[in-house]
Amino acid sequence: MENNLYVSPSPHIHGGDSVSKNMYGVLIALLPALLVSLYFFGLGALIVIVTSVVACAAFEFIIQKYLMKQKASLCDGSAVLTGLLLAFNLPSNLPIWIILIGALAAIGIGKMSFGGLGNNIFNPALVGRVFLLISFPAQMTTWPTPGVFPMTYTDAQTGATVLTAMKEGATTLPSYADMLLGNMGGSLGEVGAIALLLGFAFMLWRKIITWHIPVSILATVAVFAGIMHLVDPVAYVDPCVQLLSGGLLLGAIFMATDYVTSPMTHGGMIVYGIGIGILTVVIRLFGAYPEGMSFAILIMNAFTPLINSYMKPKLFGDK
Amino acid sequence: MLKTFRIGGIHPPENKLSAGKQITGLALPTQVIIPLGQHIGAPAQALVKKGDIVKVGTPIAKAGGFVSANIHASVSGKVAKVDNVLDASGYKRMAIYIDVVGDEWEETIDRSETLIKECTLAPKEIVDKIAACGIVGLGGATFPTQVKLMPPPGTKAELIIINAVECEPYLTSDHALMLEKAEEILVGVTILMQSVSVSKAVIGVENNKKDAIEKLTSLAKQYAGIEIMPLKVQYPQGGEKQLIDAVIRKQVKSGGLPISTGAVVQNVGTAFAVYEAVQKNKPLFERVVTVTGKAVSNTCNLLVRVGTPIRYLIEAAGGIPENTGKIIGGGPMMGKALITADVPVTKGSSGILLMTKEESVRKPMSNCIRCAKCVSACPMGLNPTHLMNLTEFAEWDGAEKNHIADCIECGSCSFTCPANRPLLDQIRFGKGKVMGIIRARKS
Amino acid sequence: MILIAVVSLGAIGFVGAGILYLASKKFEVYEDPRIAQVQEILPAANCGGCGYPGCGGFAAACVKADSLDGFLCPVGGADVMSQVATILGKEVVAAVPMVAVVRCNGTCSSRPRNNQYDGIKSCTIASNLYGGESACTNGCLGYGDCVVSCAFDAISINPTTGIAEVDEAKCTSCGACVKACPKAIIELRKKGPKSRRIFVSCINKDKGAAAKKACANACIGCSLCKKQCEFDAITIENNVAYIDYNKCRLCRKCVAVCPTGAIHELNFPPRKEKVVEAKVVETSETENK
Repeated sequence: MENNLYVSPSPHIHGGDSVSKNMYGVLIALLPALLVSLYFFGLGALIVIVTSVVACAAFEFIIQKYLMKQKASLCDGSAVLTGLLLAFNLPSNLPIWIILIGALAAIGIGKMSFGGLGNNIFNPALVGRVFLLISFPAQMTTWPTPGVFPMTYTDAQTGATVLTAMKEGATTLPSYADMLLGNMGGSLGEVGAIALLLGFAFMLWRKIITWHIPVSILATVAVFAGIMHLVDPVAYVDPCVQLLSGGLLLGAIFMATDYVTSPMTHGGMIVYGIGIGILTVVIRLFGAYPEGMSFAILIMNAFTPLINSYMKPKLFGDK
Repeated sequence: MLKTFRIGGIHPPENKLSAGKQITGLALPTQVIIPLGQHIGAPAQALVKKGDIVKVGTPIAKAGGFVSANIHASVSGKVAKVDNVLDASGYKRMAIYIDVVGDEWEETIDRSETLIKECTLAPKEIVDKIAACGIVGLGGATFPTQVKLMPPPGTKAELIIINAVECEPYLTSDHALMLEKAEEILVGVTILMQSVSVSKAVIGVENNKKDAIEKLTSLAKQYAGIEIMPLKVQYPQGGEKQLIDAVIRKQVKSGGLPISTGAVVQNVGTAFAVYEAVQKNKPLFERVVTVTGKAVSNTCNLLVRVGTPIRYLIEAAGGIPENTGKIIGGGPMMGKALITADVPVTKGSSGILLMTKEESVRKPMSNCIRCAKCVSACPMGLNPTHLMNLTEFAEWDGAEKNHIADCIECGSCSFTCPANRPLLDQIRFGKGKVMGIIRARKS
Repeated sequence: MILIAVVSLGAIGFVGAGILYLASKKFEVYEDPRIAQVQEILPAANCGGCGYPGCGGFAAACVKADSLDGFLCPVGGADVMSQVATILGKEVVAAVPMVAVVRCNGTCSSRPRNNQYDGIKSCTIASNLYGGESACTNGCLGYGDCVVSCAFDAISINPTTGIAEVDEAKCTSCGACVKACPKAIIELRKKGPKSRRIFVSCINKDKGAAAKKACANACIGCSLCKKQCEFDAITIENNVAYIDYNKCRLCRKCVAVCPTGAIHELNFPPRKEKVVEAKVVETSETENK
């Protein structure tokens, strides 16, 4: 019986955490927002989500199996997560063929060309989204107006989002209650503020992420937009609208906190969050695009290695 | 709010299966194998040869250097040979084999159970006696105790910290000792305080041993200067630097010695051994060993003579379970996997853990997803995944700059890693390499 | 409009070029042109087998040294060294061709495994932990640190024996594997005439009985080979025999007497022609000297 004992270096026990547990945890955290999007955007949301998730998973499987000749790692759930996040960043009336291109860009360019999970520099879902935004600006910036389980898809009635409306100088905005619940135009996953915050709470409870990145982003946006609002209340809306509109919450909670592309130390996370916050507000208020979250996150992704090399963990003995 | 160390840490399942089990003696084996290198530092030099007759407590090897320790016979009988043995290091090293005949003790050893509280020896005499009795740190590191009690010039001891944390899952030998030998331990602590001329001692106990805390606290009133401090359960609190941080809120500087904070840390088992050595003239030749594991039928805390093959201990605990996959000398976080059950018990053996086949096999590793959970877990404030990358690519300069030499090999990083990456395997190797480079540069 | 752009950009380019030219003149470091010439000839493998940091380092050292004695590019061999000597106008020092030899023959069948290693597949890390999967603590672990270290794809782990094997046609005797092996099993030995060589394929230092118990093919230090050797080439130290390749005349008597088969002969024709071959070998050996 003693023969063939296993011998390995310590430690001999493992905490039981796994990559897939974390990925599925994030998927669960996205569920409330998913339900909100189905409620307000109905059939269109369902088609976009299913297409995006299936396409991302399929592209990952095909690339890993036939191009990289590796064992496919679909089960870790990261491709499904990328697919869902990509769908959340798209309008619910986007034609299927455009979604497929977006999924290919997200998985092919954003993830696999760097060597797969763990090696990518930029958030894959955002790479896909920005790729589409630049390639198909018209389709990507016409958002359906929300309804109650509408059974429309590409034929949906479209309207402006809060941010585009503000850019164009509109004065009437949806009420705070609508913004919190998600009763406004926008990408399908970004509208329900309360649902997204529920997901945030879930991820904090499951210790999937720490508070540092989302809180520093939101605080920076609130402070920066608040200062601008005080300087000129007519030109710049109040910070609450900034916080609740566009992809800010979705980005801060789910996109910027992507493990692979965010800094490793808490200090680094705060620097990264402040960077994203400032860039977002700058793009929103002074840039050509109404929404700056995706660009801000991608730009700060590029700075992540630099932040990592400067923001070292606090060494024992330095206190 | 209970105190604990301030950086990192994890909380593995405690699994203290043998908690509350009384310490029981173990029948003598037919032969003991006493390795000459069972402490940190130079191996001891054998004083006996084949055919010599020894009694329990007879010195059989003398310290082989300043950092080294004497070794005494743990049984009476005849020296069978001085030869190689495959010990817990996984390599063959020299050991003294003694065939057991009867159980005759040296007359100088006081075998009575009476508690002797008075100790009138001068510090130097105490340290000499500890050195003569071959006492080493019994927490597992086996650093010769007398060396720690002689602070290097320019440093001064201010207090004694007694490590009764036992943060390793499964192990309960210190816990059992505290319940049964509380008075002796307190006297031992007093002697340790005397030996370095300090008037304060803190016994740090993790809060999962409430009965021991209660018992020690009620008894400690009779002893001046001893405080019992319950600590929050957190691994690796038993690390010397972590314990100092938890108790007195001072962190040892990178590369510095623990004594720079004024604290002398000793294990609770060591305090008991010091009591026996100084008051009872008893050298260190037996210790309490926990035999445990999820499939073990009779987990227990055994009082075992040094040199007993662990096979005897496992048999006393009900034999080797059918699906045993791994035998570990020590706890699951820092213990060493053994190749056979013929490895002898040494002064540093705190436990034997039998793991089932399913528990033993590591899960396949995948790519690092840079989740930084290892960074949060590291109690030394290092970046384990970065260090692993650096050592994989043999970037020794970079590894040194990122303080790889500070790693205490606690395994918190590998434990937390969701991608099952064997971070510590690689870092331990890199640490050895970098320490070698640093030593070569100094000489 | 276009003219302004062309002129201004041209001017910037011109000024920049001037600055670069001046800087390159001012900060120029003189380098012996022969270093570049020598480097041209070297194989550019940068294996470090010569003991210098890469081919550039070796070239610089060759140029600087007074004589080429002791300088050998193990990859290029005598050929390259003679070319180097011509460029530098220095004398050629003949070098003996060497080859890496794996001194372990404890195959999976002769050396039963009594435990399973479950850590990172690296010899260095495994050997830091313990002696290995068999009872022999000196033998080849077979996780392939040498394979990784070899820049020439000349060493591989044989899946049936579990031991590293050298492809002597590819081996350049750079010595990278010797440094990589944590058990010091690999040795550089004289390649020998017609690649014929004899060596003890075991380095275990245990006493005979223990060694034999751990591995059927172990050297048990019995001294039979030593007694048989007429040229005083075999020494026994720490219970293991070692054949001095400078003294060995390749007579193969030791191979015949070894009770465990630990002494290996390579590239010899079948036994029958033993006497004739031995003579041929002897003469070629003397010619070499």
